[in-house]
Amino acid sequence: MAANGTSVSIQDLSLNFGAVSVLQTLNLDVAEGEFIVLLGPSGCGKSTLLNCIAGLLDISEGSIFIKGKNVTWEEPKDRGIGMVFQSYALYPQMTVEKNLSFGLRVAGVPKDEIAKRIARAAEILQIEPLLQRKPAALSGGQRQRVAIGRALVRDVDVFLFDEPLSNLDAKLRSELRVEIKLLHRKLQNTMIYVTHDQIEAMTLADRIAVMKGGVIQQLDAPQTIYNRPVNRFVAGFLGSPAMNFIEGRLEKDDSGWQFAAEDVRIPLSTYAFETEPVPGPTVFGIRPEHVALNSGSGWPFTATATVEVVEPMGSDTLVWLKLGKQNFTVRVTAERTPHNGEAVSIGFDPMRASLFDAAAGSRI
Amino acid sequence: MSAVQTTASRPMQEAPDQATPFGPKPRRISAGRIGIYAFLIVAALFFLIPVYIMVVTSLKGMPEIRLGHLFNLPGDPTFQPWADAWLHACTGRDCNGLSPGFYNSLKITVPSVVISIICASINGYALTFWPYKGANLLFGLLVFGAFVPYQVVIYPLIIGLSSVGLFATLPGIIIVHTIFGMPILTLLFRNFYAAMPVELFKAARVDGAGFWRIFIYIMLPMSVPITVVAVILQVTGIWNDFLFGIVFAGRSNWPMTVQLNNIVNTTTGVREYNVNMAATILTAAVPLVIYFVSGRWFVRGIAAGAVKG
Repeated sequence: MAANGTSVSIQDLSLNFGAVSVLQTLNLDVAEGEFIVLLGPSGCGKSTLLNCIAGLLDISEGSIFIKGKNVTWEEPKDRGIGMVFQSYALYPQMTVEKNLSFGLRVAGVPKDEIAKRIARAAEILQIEPLLQRKPAALSGGQRQRVAIGRALVRDVDVFLFDEPLSNLDAKLRSELRVEIKLLHRKLQNTMIYVTHDQIEAMTLADRIAVMKGGVIQQLDAPQTIYNRPVNRFVAGFLGSPAMNFIEGRLEKDDSGWQFAAEDVRIPLSTYAFETEPVPGPTVFGIRPEHVALNSGSGWPFTATATVEVVEPMGSDTLVWLKLGKQNFTVRVTAERTPHNGEAVSIGFDPMRASLFDAAAGSRI
Repeated sequence: MSAVQTTASRPMQEAPDQATPFGPKPRRISAGRIGIYAFLIVAALFFLIPVYIMVVTSLKGMPEIRLGHLFNLPGDPTFQPWADAWLHACTGRDCNGLSPGFYNSLKITVPSVVISIICASINGYALTFWPYKGANLLFGLLVFGAFVPYQVVIYPLIIGLSSVGLFATLPGIIIVHTIFGMPILTLLFRNFYAAMPVELFKAARVDGAGFWRIFIYIMLPMSVPITVVAVILQVTGIWNDFLFGIVFAGRSNWPMTVQLNNIVNTTTGVREYNVNMAATILTAAVPLVIYFVSGRWFVRGIAAGAVKG
């Protein structure tokens, strides 16, 4: 992260549509050259926030700064932003070249300068052979490249991406994901990227802002968000398959703090508490890949479980277990696949786990 | 790929080496279908009878018409009635035929169509992409306007137009047609633009284009289908109009429909049925041609606008 100064700063931003509050006193500072991903389920306000930054939506309260300049009342074109949309939004009756140059022609940039910038963008995105084609004659991946190019030629400080890969098939999506990452490394621009795809978020972001109900739940580096989610929503939203949750109670006896649920009792001596623990209803969460299958008794917690379903995924295998009455998912390497109905031993270190307050959902 | 069936196991089948059903489903002609087609053909012929009689009669001379054989083909086809209808038919004391009416109709229709479509497309565009305070109310009023019977507003319109000196003038009738085309055309364009991806508009905004530039460079080039629909709607509507023409155009600008009525209803002298028939066909020709040439576009555009909104 090239953190030298703030690029985009959102201060106390609120947005209401009538009585519906979409964004609530939201604050976000994006560093220069940073790649921020806004992640959340649909309807969480992530696209709305992006449209507010772009100036395409009028906000109800607060202010937006880009490069230290208050742009809250500025037109989109004066904000120094370029935007890439999910549906590409290429002008269908113009050639690729005209699509790229439209904004520059509007701004009255001289012809030779336009040509220079288009040549540069076309080279970076490898769309030179497509310049004279109409969007209808392009594939989805090519269209999205042109859409990125349209932001590129404008020489902007901040790139805004609104789910740019969601309309592509899985293979193209992973290819373009890598290209966007390379593009960011090459250009060193600030990028704000909206997606509901956690893999895109994890792979691309310097920092992820997980949103829900118009509020940023957690803003942190991808690994931190993945390993130390601040609440149960974040924990459940990231990771596929989802984190295993067991509902139970936090208790203390002579050997220290323990998590107790039906059929399970987990010692928490290795767990790093976020807050001072208090006995009471608690949710215990552990990711499927942090659970070991049939790997001896060297773990702080071991138990015996029954295999319910085995899902081979190729590279690895998901095993759905029944631990007493609790459902449990474990990710194992493909070679160590158990059979349905088999009794297996599981073990994990609570150090890798997350504990959440049952009522508030916040991390303990 | 299908399982192999031996001849012995399926002796009843015509193609015994294939499992049936196989390939395209055979089309069967049922009695119901024959009935439907028979009805449609008879109905079409029934509605074509008047057209047939009109064409046949317009090609006959008056002596032949007096014989009364309505369905007979003309014994001695002549185009004289058509020439008469166009150039010499009399309305009162003027005997210039239909042609002045034709040119009047052109003078009324062309500007009315152009102006009303320009206004309506801007209306629809603004209502869709630049919602302002009261936009929905305005749109609601416009749609409501589509259901107001014309006769109700004729008198106030006469008063209004004459107070500004436009009553019984060419600009007057053009204004009237533009106003009355506005509700349905705005509805048409608004629904068409509402079905367009809003991201296109956003992208153009980010590119720095304003109201007019987005409209002219982005929206208009994509509006061809709906514009064709609007042109058909307006041309046929205005060309066929009689009421506004006779009330608002003024004597010197009477459109073809009014002229036709005057020719056919002339009470003095012999009733020249052949000339009347020819004149009627000539008047109806323009909308007819428009329908035939662009009927396909018409359906497509209506459907395109109807998907959303």
